[in-house]
Amino acid sequence: MLSIKNLYASVEGQEILKGINLEIKPGEVHAIMGPNGSGKSTLANVLAGKDDYEITADEITFLGENLLDKSPETRAKDGLFLSFQYPVEIPGVPMVNFIKTAVNEHRKHRGEKELTAGEFLKLMRKKMELVELKTKLTNRSVNEGFSGGEKKKNEIFQMAMLEPKLAILDETDSGLDIDALKTVANGVNALKSPETSSIVITHYQRLLDYIVPDFVHVLYHGKIVKSGGKELAFELEEKGYDWIKKENGN
Amino acid sequence: MSVLVEKADLSLKYISHYNKVKEILFEGSSYVLNDVRNRAFQDFIIQGIPTQKNENYKYTNLNPRFLPDFEFVHHKENNNVDIKTVFRCDVPQLNLEPRLIFNGWYHRISNESLNLPEGVILCSLAEIANNNPDLIKEYYGKIAKTDSDSMVALNTAYAKDGYFLYIPKNVIVEKPIQLINFLQAETDTFVTQRNLIIIEQGASTNLIFCDHTLNLNNYLNNSVTEIFVGENANLDYYTLQNQHNRTSSINSVFIQQERDSVATTHTYSLHGGLIRNNLKFVLNGENAEANMYGMAFLDRKQHIDNFTQIIHAKPNCQSNQVYKNVLDGESTGAFSGMIHVVRDAQNTNAFQQNNNLLLTDEAKMQTKPQLIIDADDVKCSHGATVGQIDEEAMFYLRARGIDEDKARLMMMNAFAHDVVRKIKVEALGNRIDELVEKRLNGEIARCHECAYNCEM
Amino acid sequence: MEEKDRIINDVTQSEYKYGFVTDIETDIIETGLNENVIRIISAKKNEPEFMLEFRLNAFRKWQKMKMPDWAYLKIPPIDFQKISYYAAPKTEAKYESLDEVDPDLLDTFNKLGIPVEEQKHLAGVAVDIVMDSVSVKTTFKDTLAEKGIIFCSFSDAVKEHPELIKKYLGQAVPVADNYFSALNSAVFSDGSFCYIPKGVRCPMELSTYFRINAANTGQFERTLIIADDDSYVSYLEGCTAPMRDENQLHAAVVAIITMDRAEVKYSTVQNWYPGNKEGVGGVYNFVTKRGICRGVSSKISWTQVETGSAITWKYPSCILLGDNSVGEFNSVAVTNNYQQADTGSKMIHIGKNTKSTIISKGISAGKSNNSYRGLVKVMPGAKNSRNFSQCDSLLLNDTCGAHTFPYIDVQNKSSIVEHEATTSKIGEDQIFYCNQRGIDTETAIGMIVNGYAKEVLNKLPMEFAVEAQKLLQISLEGSVG
Repeated sequence: MLSIKNLYASVEGQEILKGINLEIKPGEVHAIMGPNGSGKSTLANVLAGKDDYEITADEITFLGENLLDKSPETRAKDGLFLSFQYPVEIPGVPMVNFIKTAVNEHRKHRGEKELTAGEFLKLMRKKMELVELKTKLTNRSVNEGFSGGEKKKNEIFQMAMLEPKLAILDETDSGLDIDALKTVANGVNALKSPETSSIVITHYQRLLDYIVPDFVHVLYHGKIVKSGGKELAFELEEKGYDWIKKENGN
Repeated sequence: MSVLVEKADLSLKYISHYNKVKEILFEGSSYVLNDVRNRAFQDFIIQGIPTQKNENYKYTNLNPRFLPDFEFVHHKENNNVDIKTVFRCDVPQLNLEPRLIFNGWYHRISNESLNLPEGVILCSLAEIANNNPDLIKEYYGKIAKTDSDSMVALNTAYAKDGYFLYIPKNVIVEKPIQLINFLQAETDTFVTQRNLIIIEQGASTNLIFCDHTLNLNNYLNNSVTEIFVGENANLDYYTLQNQHNRTSSINSVFIQQERDSVATTHTYSLHGGLIRNNLKFVLNGENAEANMYGMAFLDRKQHIDNFTQIIHAKPNCQSNQVYKNVLDGESTGAFSGMIHVVRDAQNTNAFQQNNNLLLTDEAKMQTKPQLIIDADDVKCSHGATVGQIDEEAMFYLRARGIDEDKARLMMMNAFAHDVVRKIKVEALGNRIDELVEKRLNGEIARCHECAYNCEM
Repeated sequence: MEEKDRIINDVTQSEYKYGFVTDIETDIIETGLNENVIRIISAKKNEPEFMLEFRLNAFRKWQKMKMPDWAYLKIPPIDFQKISYYAAPKTEAKYESLDEVDPDLLDTFNKLGIPVEEQKHLAGVAVDIVMDSVSVKTTFKDTLAEKGIIFCSFSDAVKEHPELIKKYLGQAVPVADNYFSALNSAVFSDGSFCYIPKGVRCPMELSTYFRINAANTGQFERTLIIADDDSYVSYLEGCTAPMRDENQLHAAVVAIITMDRAEVKYSTVQNWYPGNKEGVGGVYNFVTKRGICRGVSSKISWTQVETGSAITWKYPSCILLGDNSVGEFNSVAVTNNYQQADTGSKMIHIGKNTKSTIISKGISAGKSNNSYRGLVKVMPGAKNSRNFSQCDSLLLNDTCGAHTFPYIDVQNKSSIVEHEATTSKIGEDQIFYCNQRGIDTETAIGMIVNGYAKEVLNKLPMEFAVEAQKLLQISLEGSVG
């Protein structure tokens, strides 16, 4: 699915990712944990194609193709989805137009027919139920006036609409109360299949009670300093990030 | 054509007077002042007294104000005013030792105890210009340009004195410095006052500048103040305008700020026949912050014109402007505020608000907020309102049992308080709050204890 | 970002698609302007004496006036002697049906995308087409005549309804109102006239398309709309011009007068040739538009989408004379490359309880300058009047400028005037968010700009709104960066 070899990324001369290696196979859920400032969001942004970074890598392939050559929208249409940590507000653009355009762009890319208005509405209603998103929100502008929880649910709703192959959830749990967290996690789990994979980026172990990872990686100072099974998350929770900091000489 | 002739005639009076007193103006003045005098005079001849055809003076007709047969004060008068007998600051607990500007001239008070921190200079501009011209020559006339405003040109041509304040590097002046601007003469008088403030890197001060007029003659006070705020320095500049209805005040303040500095002006226009405040900020270093707060309460035929310009010349700066006017009687108000974000001054935050309450049908307000934006990564906004008190809020208060008059007063107080709460000198803030309330109650018409009850 | 550069190139290099020249024989007079020229224009149009007097009076006033210089515009000197003040397609005969119209001319209209023929069937829009200032064809004249509606060329109105012209000409826009209205009054060659009688709701949208075709000509048309008591009309105006390296001058006058409880909606999609991407050529658009709400509870609303012209100088205004009358101004102005626009509105409140709204959305790209300039004036007698103004600017890069110059003048205490303005840019993060959902940059900008302008676009009649939306996208796509 995704293969990252020796990825470096920097912003304005400051190195943030310092040699990341990661292999993700279809059907796998990988959790990436780490203290604030360790480079978690940078990794997500780099994979989605954000422009702000200088990147070098031996190789990054997504579904066997070179990822770095592609524009953000092509990556998205190829099936890479990023659930943003801070979804941006786009005043004046109604949610429903936005997601309809996105869905149809995806379909065109796959050589499928665009959805009619009726088909689209039906699909949308179904997917909204999945994350318990209120209907009135789709009439609003993208993310405008949404509460923190609604924004995160909206991300998962979009994910459900676009049916990606690889979903990257960037701190989708931060700031959510336990009910919202469960809703979001249920949404994510419902979309899981043997053909799709996800990368769950989180600061807290809490989310991993609901989205159970196959692998856990600890990112620290731009490097993956520890990898293991889901038990690593519990260990982290117990010992705290100081444990990692100590082990890595800081 | 007749308009041109009139204008020429009126300006001519001031032009010929200059030629008449030229020697007196040059005599005893430092080269720093004299070097720019003739050029300023030329600039005045070219521009003349501004008419309302001049876009910058569209809302203020200065010409009638220049009509009286003024005397000029080109010499320091030997006048032993005892400040304590003519002026008693009625701000409780402020307890300052005010300095005195008399008809545009700085007067040293005999028992002036210099309890200012070491290195701080507060003195006459003429004195510092003669004794230490090197200290001021890089600053004098640098931001008050004579070719863009004829009132600045006229001031620079006639300038002999005013106050000079210098706060050296890293000196914090804790106690506010208070200056009293007296106008007192036997006849109608034209006053020129020229001030200079230099605040060096890391220094900080509060300055309170108060007006006081001692008799009922016509006065025209044309003052220019240049202020330089160094890196990481901090200035709060308070102006309490409080003169009678026969005074006209043209008050031009220019402030240049370097990086990381904060400068705040508070302008309270409580009384005056005609008040024109020109206030120009140039943000000349990154991360500088400029705040401009203004409030006017006018009645009778008084006129206020706040004309502000803020130039965002460097990135990452922010500016705030809040101007409020309450206009009663037949008073007229104008606000013209321009925010200019120059090319490449990215990440600018500029905010401007002008709110006005008209209390009678005879009062008039003209407002002209302007944005000129040549950079794209900016957050700029301006808003202006003219109107009356929010009737819904009024109803809410009355529904809670507060009678109408009381409710109206509460609302007006709330309207004013937005600006008043920006005052950092607590005693002064309380006093202004009190004055505002009294003023709104119609209890007093004057700030200080004034013997005159001028009805004009 | 390479992708952005590509799109910028694509768009900035795409041609102005209305920039063809129609090869139609034109009756054109020598360049230059003097009293004699004005007599020739008047004679060519077989005008009655009062019209000649009107023109000469205007010309004499114009000669004493100076070109205004207060706008935030850099206007190169205009040599008024190098312009021809009259150019008309030679085939001037009037037609019974469209079949008789010069096929070249019809072809022009088809290229412009004006659905003249379709409309005949769809009963949509009655169109008056003004080409090089001469009204060529007014469709649906008969259908309208049944209701008593007069919709014809200005010249026909002068001949057929001189009493109306005499009464209202120069009332809303006095001859010497400004430099360009005086010039227009002196030399205008044609335009549209519309009269809606008492109690009549015009059953269809009325529409005028303007086109400058001949070289070195100026277009000076004049539109006059009178809505009598309790009537209603919605009026549309569209403009295009061929691509030429030299600048062309357009100085039009539009005047609207509404009587008691009448309502006029006037919508414009202005797409004159804006010049090329180096700023060469393009139309200088100096337009005076003013409505008087004479009657009580009458209403005038101006809606404009301005994407064309090298220079735009235009302030559609409402004089709210009748008590309870309402004025509206809704505008989207786009400038790209080297375009300059100084546009806005004036609302003069005279009657009691009058209301006005100004919504202005400026969008600047390229090296353009886009200014809002407005005046809200509340006279002492306009008790309980209200105005709300909102002027937003959207900047697409750091080489353009957006400026706001509102003037507010309130002279009584019972009125409330509010003005709000904001300046912002399209955020990189907004575009990235769209990209991440598979939406390309071009579409994303289109969506955001249309969202930004939506409030105004919604005010346009349906068929115009779609056209305007496309036009916005064409004018702007890819200019972010």
